Amino acid sequence: MRVSGSRAEEVLGRIFRTRRAQWPLDSHHLYHGQIIDVDGNTVDDVLATVMRGPRSYTGETVAEIHCHGGPIVIRRILDLFTDFDIRIARPGEFTLRAFLNGKLDLAQSEAVVDLIRSRSEDARHMALDQMEGKLSRLLRKFRSSLVEILAEVEAWIDFPEDDLEEPDRDRLVIALKTLEGDMVRLLATFDSGRVLREGASVLILGRPNVGKSSIMNLLLGEARAIVTEIPGTTRDLIEENYILDGIPLRLIDCAGVRETEDPVEMAGVSRAREKMLSADLILMVIDGHEGITRDDEAVHEECRGLRFITVANKSDLPPAPLPSPFTAEPLRISARTGEGLEELKRKIGTTFRRGSLESPDTILLCNRRHREALGRAREGTKMAQSALFSGEPPEHAALGIREALQGLGEITGETTPQEVLEQIFSRFCIGK
Amino acid sequence: MVETGYGKKYRVIVVGAGHAGCEAALAAARMGCATLLLTMNLDAVAQMSCNPAIGGLAKGHLVREIDALGGEMARNIDETGIQFRILNTKKGPAVRASRAQADRQLYRLRMKRVLESERSLDLKQGTVNRLLVEGDRVQGVETREGLVFYGERVILTTGTFMRGLIHVGLNHYPGGRAGEPPSEGISEQLRSLGFRIGRLKTGTPARLDGETIDFTLLQPQYGDDPPNPFSFETRYISRTQAPCHITQTTLETHKIILKNLDRSPLYGGVIEGIGPRYCPSIEDKVIRFPDKESHQIFLEPDGLDSAEIYPSGISTSLPPDVQLAFLRTIPGLERVEIMRPGYAIEYDFVDPIQLTPDLQTKAILGLYHAGQINGTSGYEEAAAQGLLAGMNAALSLKDQEPLIIGRDEGYIGVMIDDLVNHGTEEPYRMFTSRAEYRLLLREDNADQRLTGIGRRAGLVSDTRWESYLSKIEALDRGERILEETRISPSDREHLARLGLGELKNGASLRELLRRPEIGIADLLFLCKEIAEFSTEVRRQLEIGVKYEGYIRRQMEQVDSFRRMEKVSIPPSFDFDDVRGLSAEVREKLKKVRPLTLGQATRISGVTPAATGILAVVLKRG
Repeated sequence: MRVSGSRAEEVLGRIFRTRRAQWPLDSHHLYHGQIIDVDGNTVDDVLATVMRGPRSYTGETVAEIHCHGGPIVIRRILDLFTDFDIRIARPGEFTLRAFLNGKLDLAQSEAVVDLIRSRSEDARHMALDQMEGKLSRLLRKFRSSLVEILAEVEAWIDFPEDDLEEPDRDRLVIALKTLEGDMVRLLATFDSGRVLREGASVLILGRPNVGKSSIMNLLLGEARAIVTEIPGTTRDLIEENYILDGIPLRLIDCAGVRETEDPVEMAGVSRAREKMLSADLILMVIDGHEGITRDDEAVHEECRGLRFITVANKSDLPPAPLPSPFTAEPLRISARTGEGLEELKRKIGTTFRRGSLESPDTILLCNRRHREALGRAREGTKMAQSALFSGEPPEHAALGIREALQGLGEITGETTPQEVLEQIFSRFCIGK
Repeated sequence: MVETGYGKKYRVIVVGAGHAGCEAALAAARMGCATLLLTMNLDAVAQMSCNPAIGGLAKGHLVREIDALGGEMARNIDETGIQFRILNTKKGPAVRASRAQADRQLYRLRMKRVLESERSLDLKQGTVNRLLVEGDRVQGVETREGLVFYGERVILTTGTFMRGLIHVGLNHYPGGRAGEPPSEGISEQLRSLGFRIGRLKTGTPARLDGETIDFTLLQPQYGDDPPNPFSFETRYISRTQAPCHITQTTLETHKIILKNLDRSPLYGGVIEGIGPRYCPSIEDKVIRFPDKESHQIFLEPDGLDSAEIYPSGISTSLPPDVQLAFLRTIPGLERVEIMRPGYAIEYDFVDPIQLTPDLQTKAILGLYHAGQINGTSGYEEAAAQGLLAGMNAALSLKDQEPLIIGRDEGYIGVMIDDLVNHGTEEPYRMFTSRAEYRLLLREDNADQRLTGIGRRAGLVSDTRWESYLSKIEALDRGERILEETRISPSDREHLARLGLGELKNGASLRELLRRPEIGIADLLFLCKEIAEFSTEVRRQLEIGVKYEGYIRRQMEQVDSFRRMEKVSIPPSFDFDDVRGLSAEVREKLKKVRPLTLGQATRISGVTPAATGILAVVLKRG
C-alpha cells in the first residue's frame, strides 16, 4: 500500500509502531512493525518504509506498507488512512503526480498509459452500472436539491438590485440538514454495501480440536484445511472464498485458541485474536459432546460485543450438558455427518441479510471512492449549514454547497456551474 | 474597386471604438506600437448604447481588474460618474461591488480625448468592409472607400454592428445601433474564411423625456456619500452627483403588453437571435412570471445636462404606440413622452471557441476578437477583453509570451477561459458565481492580484507602481505587527475597553481580530503603527484575518488548480497520436486545442482518465 504527499510520513508515524527504530525513520529503509488502529489494537504485522521526496516514484514523500494479503487487512488499513484524511488515489493519479513533479521514467510511460487505460475502462463500466442504478438516481436527487439551494444563494449574492426577496436562512438550513441526514443514511449503508462487493469475513473460532477446520471443509464441500486429531494443527490463518445465497463470504479458519507455551502456536493464537475484531461474523465452535472447558469460556468472553453464532459440533455423539452462558440454544451440527449444515447456512445468511440488506430496494453504497466523495459532499453540506445558521455572508454557504456538489460530481461524473445559472434564470425574474 | 494605400504602416489596427476597441487601442499604443483605431463614427467613441452605468456585481470586479492592469475604464468613469454606490454592503467583502451612473456624453468625450492625446495612436473615422488576409495571416484592412491600411495585427471589436438588424414592433431595418448603419462585409468574409458565425439578440428600453416625468411621486435613490472611486489611482470624486428614481410596472402595464404580444417581433417569430436571459425584455418578464404583480424600474439620468432618462428594467421591442401606452400606466410616467423608442437588435458573433486564450483566432494569425463579437454582453466584459487583446497583440509583436490571466487571478481570466473552452450560445455576462475562487477575487485586492502583471507589460506608471509597492510593504509590516503585538492579561483597562473579560494568556492583535465582535478600528488605540496605515491597508489586514479559514480553503483549491495549469501542451501536439483516448474526447480536444493540461480538464466531456493519459504522453514529448 502506498501513500504519497506531504502528510505521508506523519500519518505513517501515527499508525505504524516499530520497536527497533527511532523516528524519523531513515529514508529508503525497510522496517518491521505493526499497524495499530486508533484504539491501540494491532491490525497487522507489516514491513514499512519511507521514501522522502524527491527520491520517490511520485517525487513527493511516499510511505509504503507491505501487509499480508487478503482484502480484510487491506480494507482495515485503508480505513485507518481514510480516518486521517488520506484520500484514495484516482485512476492513474500516482503516475499523474509523478509526471507533474517531473519524475516519470520515460521508458515506462508506454506501459503506464496502457495500465491507466485498462483501469479507466473498468471504471467506466462500473460507472455505467452505477449510473443506471438506483444509487445514481438518489445522488441525482441530492444534486438537484443542492443546485436548487445554491441557485437561491447565488441569486441572493449576484442580484442585489433585482428586488428579489432575501431567502429565509432557517428554511435553507433545514433543507440542508434534511439533505445531510439523507447523505449520512446512505454513508451508513457502506458496510453492507462493502459486504456485497468485497465479501463478508466469517471467522471460525474456538479452542483446539472442536472441529473448526471440519466445519470449514463442510461449508466448502472440500478438504482444504488440514484435519487431524492432534490439537493445534491449524497454526496459520486459512482463508477461502465462498458464496452463500449470493452473498460473497470469506471463511477464515484459524488456530485453536487456548493457553499455550508453544511459541509457534502462540503466534497462531494471537493472529486469531486479531482477526476477531475485524471479522464481520464469528462462528464460535464448541464441542457438544465433550462440553465446556475453561478455554471455551475464555473464548466466549472475548467474543462479547462482537457478532457471533455459537455452534455446537459433534451432534452425532451424545451431548454433554451445557452450563450458562452456553445454554441459550446453540446450533447443533455434525461436521462428520453434515447434520445441521443447512441450518448453519440459513443462520449465516440471515445475519448478512438483516438491516439494510433486507429489502431489495435498498440503495447501497459499496464503492470506497464513492464513500469518500459522499463524505466530502456531506462535509460541504454541513459547512454551508453552519455558515447560514451563524449569520455569515451567503458566499460562505455557497462555498460549502459547491464543495458538496463537487463531491457528488466526482461520483456521477458531472460538474457544471452553468447548471446553477440555468436554475437562477428559470426561477427568478432578473434583469434590467 | 480601386485600392489606395494609406502609406503609413501600423503595427496594430483596431476596428471599432466601443469599450473593447478603446482599451485595445490604448493598450497597444501605450505598449509602444504604432496603432490605428478605426470607427464608423467619431461622435460615438465609447458610446454607452444601453444603460448609462458602469459596474455592478462581478462587472465592478472587472473594472477594478482593468484598472490594476493599466486600462482606462475605471479612470474614465471616475472622471465622468454622477452617482457611485457600493452594492452588497451587507455581505462579505468578496461580493461587494462598485456601480456608477455615468454622464453619457461626458463619458464618451473624455475617452475620445484620452485616445486623441495618446502619442502612438491615430484615431480615424472609417468603415472597414474587408480584412486583408494572405495565407493564414492578416495584413491589414480595407475601408468602404477602398482605402487600405496595412497592419501586422488586427483587433476586431464590432459590437452589435456586424449585420445588425433593428426591430421595432414588426418593422425592422439594418442598423448597428439606433441611428447608425450596420457593418456589412466583414462577417461574410469571416464566414468564407471558415469561421462559425452565430446570431445573438439584445434590446433596450425607450429613452424618456425627464421634463414629462413627475419625480415628486417617486422614491429617489442617492449614491454613497462620499462616493468611492473605481480606480486605485483616483483620490476622490469631485463631480456633482445625481440620484436615480425607483418606480414599477402595474397590472395595467402587464395587461397592455399581453394584449399586444402579436405585435412583438420576439413572439411573432421574426427574431432568430438568442437573447440574454439575465436581461429579458419586459414582454419576457410578464409572460414568464405571470404571478409577479409589478416589476421594478430604475429611472437613470442620462447626464447632468440632459433631460433624457433611461428606464432600466423595461427593455422592449413592441411598437412605439404600445410602448407609450404601457409606459403611461407606470407611476410618475402618466404624462411621459418618448424621446427614442426602445428596440431589439440582432447581430452576428463569432463563436469564441475558435480563439486561443490570448484572444487570437486559431484560423487567421494576427487577428484578434474582443467584446460582443465573442458573444459577450456588457461594457465591462468588452473592455476587459479589449485590454487583453491589445496587450497580447503588442506582446506578440515584441515576441513575448502572451498574457493569460488564470481563473485564480481574476474575473478576466474566468471569462476568457470560459469563452475559449465552452464557446457561448447566449450573450455571456459575468457573474460572481462563475468564479470558483470567488473569495480570493475581490474588488479590494484587484491591485494585489494584477498590478504586477500590468507593470511588466508596461501599462502601469512609475508613480502608481511606487504607491502600490508601499502598500504591499505596509501590508507585510501590518501582518507582522498583528502577529507580534500582544495584549497582556494584566492589561485590564485595555481589555475592558475592548469589552473583554479576563484573558488567561493574553492575546496577539491577530487573535483579538479573529473575534467577530472586534474590528481593526477597535484595535487602533493599542498600536500607533496600525493607526498610521491607510484605510485600504487596514481593511486588507482585517479581511485577511477575519476570513482566514475560508481564504485558506480556497488557496488550497488554487494550489491543485495551478499544478495542472503549469503543464503546457505544445501547439504542434497531435491528439491523434495519443492512444487510449476515446473518439469523442479526441474530437473535443482537437476543437478547443487546450494550451495546458489544466485547460484540457475544463473542456466538457474530457474525463479524468483522459487527462491522466494526456499527462503521461505530454511528458514523453
